[in-house]
Amino acid sequence: MDRRSVHSDGSRTRRGRTLAVGPHALLVEVSGADEARVLADWIRAGPLVCDDVVPAASTVLLDGVADLDRARSIVENWSPEQAVAQHGALVRIPVHYDGEDLGRVADLWGVSLDEVVGRHTGCEFVSSFTGFAPGFAYLTGLPPAWAVSRLESPRAHVPAGSVGLADAWCGIYPTSSPGGWLLLGRTDAVLWDLDRSGGPALLPPGTRVRFVVA
Amino acid sequence: MSIRVIDPGPLTTVQDGGRLGWAHLGVPRAGWLDADSAKFANRLVGNAEGAAVLETTYGGVSFVAQRALTFAVTGARCRVTAAGRAVSGDEPVTVRAGAEVVVGPALAGVRSYVALGGGVAVPAVLGSRSRDTLAGIGPEVLRSGAVLALGVAGRPAPLDVPPRDRRSGVLRLHRGPRADWLLEPDALHGASYTVAADSNRVGLRLEGRPVLRRAGELDSEGIVLGAVQVPGSGQPVVFLHDHPTTGGYPVVAVLDPQDLAACAQARPGERFTLRLV
Repeated sequence: MDRRSVHSDGSRTRRGRTLAVGPHALLVEVSGADEARVLADWIRAGPLVCDDVVPAASTVLLDGVADLDRARSIVENWSPEQAVAQHGALVRIPVHYDGEDLGRVADLWGVSLDEVVGRHTGCEFVSSFTGFAPGFAYLTGLPPAWAVSRLESPRAHVPAGSVGLADAWCGIYPTSSPGGWLLLGRTDAVLWDLDRSGGPALLPPGTRVRFVVA
Repeated sequence: MSIRVIDPGPLTTVQDGGRLGWAHLGVPRAGWLDADSAKFANRLVGNAEGAAVLETTYGGVSFVAQRALTFAVTGARCRVTAAGRAVSGDEPVTVRAGAEVVVGPALAGVRSYVALGGGVAVPAVLGSRSRDTLAGIGPEVLRSGAVLALGVAGRPAPLDVPPRDRRSGVLRLHRGPRADWLLEPDALHGASYTVAADSNRVGLRLEGRPVLRRAGELDSEGIVLGAVQVPGSGQPVVFLHDHPTTGGYPVVAVLDPQDLAACAQARPGERFTLRLV
């Protein structure tokens, strides 16, 4: 098949492209989740007014932007070095390590069940971004070498509070839902609470997380 | 002042302009799908344009006014009766206390908007009174017997112009951030698609010739209202107000915001021609 080259309206910055997403939004490609979070914090601190700033695994979406060209020039003048990494609050999450996939993770890692718990409680995680469901934080901090595949066919029902791994991400299901992450255990922590004084999400982007044995 | 719901219809929700600023926590924007019709209804009854209204889905809604009430029905065309008498859509109607208002099934389009004098005054959640059907945030879907409080009514404004007819049979698209995932760059331009039956407030699902694209998924990335995503099946989805905040299928195009109302009122089986602008 003749695959013609595709016109791209994205302009290249030192790090990645800035891509128009319709007339009122810009998608900024960055090197990874940590850089996405730092850029999102920087945008929110004031240089650009927009409705929503959504960091993700390797992009930041700026939605509800009045002037795309201006937004582009502001973003292109940013460099990760300027930003001071914001160290958020540390939240400790007690976990009952009795998940259905604990043995599977032990096999994948070639370690004992206790060592899986030891590794998981030994990492410091950071909430990078939220998606999938309100309050579902994608946590980085697991070494890439310990990345695991999702289940081939997702479970129809994963209980609220389930703590799981997928690739090198760790996540906690705020509500019961279908899901394909490998489950290590469960927590009684409430991930999403509209009446929480500090905001509904227990783990907004930037929050540091330590898991402890319940 | 309040109304009591008699028959909630298949899906009637409270909606306002939606919940911006929470996408980074995974909260969908929600809000009325056909903004022009909803704001028009509010103006007719003398509400602020952003007041919360009722949004029906195909089947209408009926309720009793607990006190004298002015209401207006806009959007999808339907029969409306007040205390048993036929009344007009697109204009304010005042009824006495105890009158039953019946908003009939949609005769054309999908969603009718019922503005109530004073606006629906249920408590706001994260700054909005909109029901998000994806994550379940905001006021409950209407149920029989539910009582909805209303705010303080303003002065009705019967002289107003309804939104122009937005049904052109065309959806205008902007090139999306992942248009380079298309194997045929111009595949969408001029293509014709049919609205699928499982379309809802999350997205308008289109059926037709599969869009050929690179295999695989992206890292999850932020999604905008109107994003046209192409999953593995090749059948495009146009995301509407209850869309997930992030997703991993490539967004190959973005709907022009002017055509959102046409999507809100499109019935299964309706055909659209896509046009890149």
